[in-house]
Amino acid sequence: MHYSIFSLIGQALRGNTGWQPVWRDAELKPAYDVVIVGGGGHGLATAFYLAKEHAITSVAVLEKGYLGSGNVGRNTTIIRSNYLLPANIPFYEWSMKLWEGLEQDLNYNAMVSQRGVINLYHSDAQRDSYARRGNAMRLNGVDAELLDRGQIRAMLPYLDYDNARFPIQGGLMQRRGGTVRHDAVAWGYARGASDRGVDLVQHCEVTGIRTERGRVVGVETSKGFVRAGKVGLACAGNSSRVAALAGLTLPIESHVLQAFVSEGIKPLVDNVITFGAGHFYISQSDKGGLVFGGDIDGYNSYAQRGNLPTIEDVCESGMALMPMLGRLRVLRSWGGLMDMSMDGSPIIDKTPIENLYLNAGWCYGGFKATPASGWCFAHTIARDAPHSFNAPFRLDRFATGHIIDEKGMGAQPNLH
Amino acid sequence: MRIECCYCGVRSSEEFSYLGDATPVRPESLLGQTQDDAVRQRWHDYVYLRDNPAGPHRELWQHVSGCRAWLIVTRNTRTHEIMRVDAARDLALARSK
Repeated sequence: MHYSIFSLIGQALRGNTGWQPVWRDAELKPAYDVVIVGGGGHGLATAFYLAKEHAITSVAVLEKGYLGSGNVGRNTTIIRSNYLLPANIPFYEWSMKLWEGLEQDLNYNAMVSQRGVINLYHSDAQRDSYARRGNAMRLNGVDAELLDRGQIRAMLPYLDYDNARFPIQGGLMQRRGGTVRHDAVAWGYARGASDRGVDLVQHCEVTGIRTERGRVVGVETSKGFVRAGKVGLACAGNSSRVAALAGLTLPIESHVLQAFVSEGIKPLVDNVITFGAGHFYISQSDKGGLVFGGDIDGYNSYAQRGNLPTIEDVCESGMALMPMLGRLRVLRSWGGLMDMSMDGSPIIDKTPIENLYLNAGWCYGGFKATPASGWCFAHTIARDAPHSFNAPFRLDRFATGHIIDEKGMGAQPNLH
Repeated sequence: MRIECCYCGVRSSEEFSYLGDATPVRPESLLGQTQDDAVRQRWHDYVYLRDNPAGPHRELWQHVSGCRAWLIVTRNTRTHEIMRVDAARDLALARSK
């Protein structure tokens, strides 16, 4: 069913009784050209672009739980491409361009809202570092504006400008950044893939990866064996566990990241604001809740829930930035599993095992990358070679010394 | 999450700082060695590769806001249950004997 103003009016007149399910809940077939493990944002996007860009439609997406039950529905919905390193800027900017055309591409309302992302700076040194980042962005054709304290204050009068310890001196703004309705991204890609013939199979856990003479020939699942020409892993949070089925050890640790939403209030926060003197970011959902988050808890975890000290730390950072937050109640907090890689950057690559491909290591920045990640992973699988956008995100870069350490923290995953 | 320090008793996890997996063993020094591929591979594995298990995990914590001792904590990464705490020093001494 094509969505348009006419389908909307037609359905309204018929009392909304004729809507069809957005995508097919498919049964598993015995064989596919490509099997994607993981029915989250990245896996679904990969399946969509395999069908759309490479005309590969004999594809199954296998999901252990229900579609979009992982991090695509647990993030803080922020999109941006304000990176510094030459490996990151073209990739994340390509993602931003795909976001800008996503709704037309999918014929699905993903509520892409380019409301602007503002990174605040609180010292001269931080201003210089943000100016450098902004310059790097503009050299690569990405929009960036360095704003001073007066400009920030005119836009965001409710922040704490009298804070003696963390004075707000200004901010680096990317106006094209913003937020996207995260669940709609999963549903939109699922619909686009399903309409092109991709089988989306839920409650189908991959329990083994079968190899013959060093090449992958299929996967064992809770619904039986599936033969596959190629297998792509897109199961961030659990990448290490799934890769271990093929005997691979990854440069990744799984950590828990918590996010929070306040009770709903009238429109207040127009942009995405990040605090530069701690780790805290905040935006407002269309429902009215303030959505915010901060650091990962910092220890290995598969629990999908965190601990109170981190909640306290995030709320303290929020209060330092925006004291009025203290009058609001936190409605919910939740946790998601992050693939924390050893340099803070992702991996989209072939693996040493033939016909096995890996998409992993997104740390806590995977949502904004969803379109480009799927697009590049589809290209890597279809052509058996990476695109120039994802060529730096190699699995062997730690052995060859080509690490991409945007934050400069070294091989300490909980600090990225 | 609360960790029972061998010296200070049960304390909140915010008093501790986390280093990571305690199982990788630091390879022999590179000084005075031929740096062949096998040596490089051992260092690569030590610095970058992690088993990252879902379940019991031996990991290094330091009681930075307390006695500053390094501890080896065995913790279930699925439930955050702390199963065992040893002083890293004791284990290192036992290993060197």
